[in-house]
Order: sequence, then C-alpha cells, then structure tokens
Amino acid sequence: MTLRDLKPGQEGTVESIGVSGSLKRRIMDMGVTPGTIIKVIKVAPLGDPIEVNIRGYELSLRKDEAAQIVVK
Amino acid sequence: MKIKIALAGNPNCGKTTLFNELTGSRQHVGNWPGVTVDKKEGIYKKDKEVSILDLPGIYSLSPYSAEEIVARDYIVKEKPDIVVNIVDGTSIERNLYLTLQIMETGIPMVIAVNMMDEVESRGDKIDCNQLSSLLGVPVLPMVARSGKGMKEVMDMAISLTGTQKKSSIGNIYSPAIKKAISEIEGLLSDKNEEDRKWKAIKLVEGDEIVQSNISGSEKSKIDAIIADVAKEEGDVEAKIADLRYKHIAVMVRKAVKKKSGHLETVSDKIDRVLTNRVFALPIFALIMYLIFSITFGETVLKFIPGPGVWLQTVVTDFWDGPLSEFIISGLENLGAAQWTVSLVGDGVLAGLGGVISFLPQILVLFLLLSFLEDSGYMARVAFVMDRVFRKFGLTGKSFIPLLMGFGCSVPAIMASRTLDSDKDRKLTMMITPFMSCGAKLPIYMMFAVTLFRDINSVWLVLGIYFLGLGVAIISGIILSKTIFKGANSNFIMELPQYRIPTLKSVLIHGWEKLKGFVIRAGTVIFASTVLIWLLSRFTFGFQYLPEVEMGRSILATLGKAVKWIFIPLGFGNDWRPVVGTITGFIAKENIVATFGVLFHAAEGAADLAMAGEAAIPGVADVFSRVSSVSYMAFNLLCMPCFAAVGALKKEMGTWKWTFKAVLFQMLTAYVVALLIFQIGNLIF
Repeated sequence: MTLRDLKPGQEGTVESIGVSGSLKRRIMDMGVTPGTIIKVIKVAPLGDPIEVNIRGYELSLRKDEAAQIVVK
Repeated sequence: MKIKIALAGNPNCGKTTLFNELTGSRQHVGNWPGVTVDKKEGIYKKDKEVSILDLPGIYSLSPYSAEEIVARDYIVKEKPDIVVNIVDGTSIERNLYLTLQIMETGIPMVIAVNMMDEVESRGDKIDCNQLSSLLGVPVLPMVARSGKGMKEVMDMAISLTGTQKKSSIGNIYSPAIKKAISEIEGLLSDKNEEDRKWKAIKLVEGDEIVQSNISGSEKSKIDAIIADVAKEEGDVEAKIADLRYKHIAVMVRKAVKKKSGHLETVSDKIDRVLTNRVFALPIFALIMYLIFSITFGETVLKFIPGPGVWLQTVVTDFWDGPLSEFIISGLENLGAAQWTVSLVGDGVLAGLGGVISFLPQILVLFLLLSFLEDSGYMARVAFVMDRVFRKFGLTGKSFIPLLMGFGCSVPAIMASRTLDSDKDRKLTMMITPFMSCGAKLPIYMMFAVTLFRDINSVWLVLGIYFLGLGVAIISGIILSKTIFKGANSNFIMELPQYRIPTLKSVLIHGWEKLKGFVIRAGTVIFASTVLIWLLSRFTFGFQYLPEVEMGRSILATLGKAVKWIFIPLGFGNDWRPVVGTITGFIAKENIVATFGVLFHAAEGAADLAMAGEAAIPGVADVFSRVSSVSYMAFNLLCMPCFAAVGALKKEMGTWKWTFKAVLFQMLTAYVVALLIFQIGNLIF
C-alpha cells in the first residue's frame, strides 16, 4: 500500500521510498523516512495534490509522488 | 575588525524577519554570481563592525537546488565567522535536519529557536538548555517578530567569534559508514580538518558536486570504499538521512514536550476554510479581485479611492508637471538646441515617464503580494490550482505570476521567482506576456470605437483576453513537450502556518523588489527609449524633426521597408502599423498616441480614442475588422514592452534565454495573427 491509497484522516508508517535521485532526496530531506508516521489531512478541492502531516508540520505532494511512498 | 555572521535556516522559519530587525534599512539585495538567487547582506544596527548575510532558505545542504548550493558553498568555502541557525520551534524535527548538516561543516554555530510564542500557545515546551547539551552548541529561545531574545542571540554569536570551538556531530552514523568516512578522510588532501571531514561525509552520501571535484589519483580508492559501504548498507544516502532523523527523534524526545494529541491550531482552522472544497476558489477570486482593485482600480468596493491609482497620479503629476517643466525650461534657458530639448523632453523624460508611471502601482502590488506570501496563503493558492496547471505543462505555483500578468507583466515576471524549478520558472515567464496587460487595453478600445461601433466593446475586449489565455495554455503544453521536455519538477512543498506578517517585513520585502527591478531593468529601458526616440525624430540625413513630421524619420523609412512582411497578416500595405508596433515597445499604449501623430489627428484625439470615445480619422481606411483583430493579436503576443523585457533578462539570468523568449513570442505573434487574418477573411 502507498501513501496515495490513504484517505483523509488515515495515517500510516513509512516503509520505503520508490524513486531515486533528487526526488527521493527531496522527499527524505523533508522528513519522510522509514519508520515515520504520516497522516493524510486533506485532498485539494480539485482532487490533487494532497496535504499530509509529518513530524509536526504540513507537507503537500502530488498523488503520483505519494504513490512512491510505501506505507503500512 | 569585521565580523561576518550568516543566517541559515528553513524557508518560513522567520529568518528574514530576524534579518530585517537586525539590519533595518542598512541592507542591500544583490545577486549571487551566476544564479538567479537573491543575496541579502546588511550591517547590524547595533554594531557597525558586524555584517550579516541572510542565506537563502533551505531544507538541506544537498547539491540539487541553486539555493542549497549557494548556501553550502558560502559556509564551506567562504567560512563566515559564525552561523546563526534559526530553527522554527513549531516544526523542530525537520528544522534540526539542516542543523545537523551545518554542524557537519564544522563551522562555529549558535542556534536560535524561533516562534517560541507559538510553541507556548500550543502548550508545547522546548528545553533549550537540554538541547544545547545534546547538540554541543549554544541554543537560545527567540521570538523574531517581537524582537524577544534577539539581542541575546547576537551577543552570544559575537562573543563566540574567534574562539576555537567548532561544532561537530559526534556519533550518529553506523559503524560501517563511520569507517568509510574516516578512511576517505585520510585520502583527501584539503589542509583544513573540517573540510576533509565534511567532504568525506558528502562523498559517502553520494554528493555529485563533491564527487566531481575529486581528482584522479585518489578517486578510484574512494570509489572502492563507497562501493564497499553500499554493499553493507544498501542505499547509503537514504540510510544517512534516516540516521540523522533517528538522532533528531532521540534528542526531541529528551528536550521537547509536546501536548498530547493533534489539537487543531488557529492556523489549521483558517486553513479548513481557505482550502475548503466549496469555498476555496470563490474566496480566492474575492481576494484577487480586492488586490486588483486596490492596485489598478479607481475605487475599491465602490467608495474607497484606489490607493494604486492615487499614488500613480501623484507620481505622474509630479513627473510630467513640475519635474519635466523644471528640466525643460532649464535647458531652454541655457540655450540648448531644439533637438536636445526634445531628446530630454520627448525622449528621455517621456519614455522614462511611461515606465515611472506604473512603478507606484507595481509597488502597491508587490506590497500586497508580499503580504499574501509572508502570511502563508500563497502556498495554498498553488496547492489549490496545481491540478489545473499541470495539464498545461505548468504548476500551481505559476498561477499567481500569470494572473498578475493581467495587470502588468513586470511584477508578474518578477513574481515567478517563487517557482523553485528552473524549468517552471522559465516556462512561466515566457508565456506571462500573453496575458493581456493593462497597457494593451487602450489599443482595443481604439479599435472598438473605430471599427466595432455596433457591438459592445466588452465582447471584443473579452475575446482578445481569452485569445491571450488560450495561446498561453497551448504554448505551455507545446513548450513543456519540446524545449522543456523531461525537465522534472515536483510539488513537495511545505504548507507553512498562517502568520500575520509584520508591517516592517512587508514594506522592506516590497521595496527591495521594486529597487532591484529599477536598478537592473532600468538600463535596458533607458537605452531602448532613447534609441526609439532617435529613430523616430531624425531622418537618415540626421536632420531633426518635430513630432508631426515623424513620417519622414528613420523609423518611418524602416517601417516602409519592412511593411511587406505583414501583408499576410493584413496590415502590411501601410507603413504606419509597423511603426506603431515599434513605438509600442516602450509602452504598449503608445501605439494609440503614435497613430494620433502619424494619422495627423487633432490634439487630444489619441486620448479620446484610448478611452473608446472617438475614432482617429484615417485608421478605418487602413484596417478592416479582420485585420484590426489580427493587429491587436500581434501586439498582444509579440515582445512585451522594454520594461518587461528588462524584467525578463533579470529573471532569466542570461541574454541567451531572454532572446529565446522574445523570439518565441514574436513567432507566436506572427503565426497567430496570420491565422486570424487568413481564416478570418474566409469566414467574414
């Protein structure tokens, strides 16, 4: 299951990150690392991107970026 | 004995508020060489010997963005005396990630935990002393907005300069990684121990820039060590990030007490309304309407006089009135030649005056947008609009610049600096001028009253606006698949807490943007204004011409020579449209004034035409309805006014890209106008 599959209000624990290179680095720099709890807050009015809460702050990312983050 | 202090921290951590409080007006915004990143330097108000550099807001010292590279190069190569790392107490874990990386550079540091007021109002507690002993670096609380704690931070920073105490990170990596780091350290030849340590860590992390600077002999040994670690630890880069965050989590557990449960803050409540499925877009429309009417409207909400227009009137009245009169009569009294008086009066003063006249409104717009940006709302706008914009090869962050283009391209192009991907920025800038700016409106009004009397001018104007919009969308799609193909951009973006910006910050922010533009684009505008004036008021024999005889000028001759290029577009049979377009490069509304002159209209006729009240006699003979639409489209889409080109050069960074953008615009203008005329003639 990936972050994309979580609905607003649901939370999960990050297992791994699918992409590599600068995108992966960016995701990790922002605190999305294995073992972190991540919670989906809402979806943008037009359906994309999504807003998540991680390490005490709000982060937005597109659904296809969220699909790279495997959660459980 | 100058002390150099650098401020480093995440975006939105309050670093700039601190910088403004510390330096006040003694600050200067320039550019880091070679990149379009602002370089902000200032002098500490309380001690002239202390210089402060506000590094760009960054989340990490990775080698991927211009801002990160600028910041780390400065810290590692130029070695300021001390770094003050500002940490946002409300998102402390993520902020400490950068802290650890800065500590790895070995530079002396002081940490200031900002937003302590917000931390307290949430019911959280941060034990700065505990944090300080865990990190081995002084940690002080601060509320930059009110100035609380600032003096203590600065005093601590200044007192530590010159001391040998360097920061270091200690024991957070796994044995395999630590072994690799110290082995590589032994192979490097940098004199400074801190430099070797930092480079070693970066090399194990897979940092491409540091890797590219390693020369032949040691390279293969280093590569072997890295390969070994990878065998043991797998994805080393990810492991290092992971270990850093694990260490941070341990420290935070010890030093930070969070109130249990995820309580909704005021900021969260506001956000629920502003990004609500139903209300988000209407609220945004309302806010933008207010911004536009405050800036460009005669009145705001029907009864408050518009500040933007008021300020503009004050400035232009002064410029066209007392200032111009003073200079011109001064010249005349000195016995200056007619052509000199005209060069200064009609050329320089009038040309610059055209540009100066929109500066007040741009300032107002900058102030309002700075307010929105600093409050955190802009991030939400991008968040809401992203889905739509992705379809056109853009991103949600492009929305504000493009929207601003409907007012004026100049601030719109400058606003594209908020886009962090180079590709997004360039693409957005290239299509911004397609948004019909305020100066182009008089052109449409003129043609409306001349050739379209029978239909409501609103339809004509709306039609042209939508044409611009349509061309922008199609261009976005085409360009993102061709010139900008493959360049990646992401939308991994922090949504900061909503905060009310300090008035000081907004004023400084807005003023600096304006100053930066005036200084940099100013030369382009000045030179081109004088050039056009020269061409339009002299014959090839260098005989000076009064304005009414423009028809004999170099410009007119050029117009006559090239007019045939525009025959397929419907306005190539006469030379006057071409000349009009060229004078439009100084300011688009000049086209109407030029027509007034070239068609020998009476005094004031051009002003009436711009207001859509009376036609300029003769224009209807040169244009048909179809060819006038084609001409309007051409002027809408072709190269924008020199002020905008100046802004483009400043933000693109190179002439090469500025030229590409202008070329693209000219080609688009030609093709679209051609299609309109040819197809239009078949239908109408």
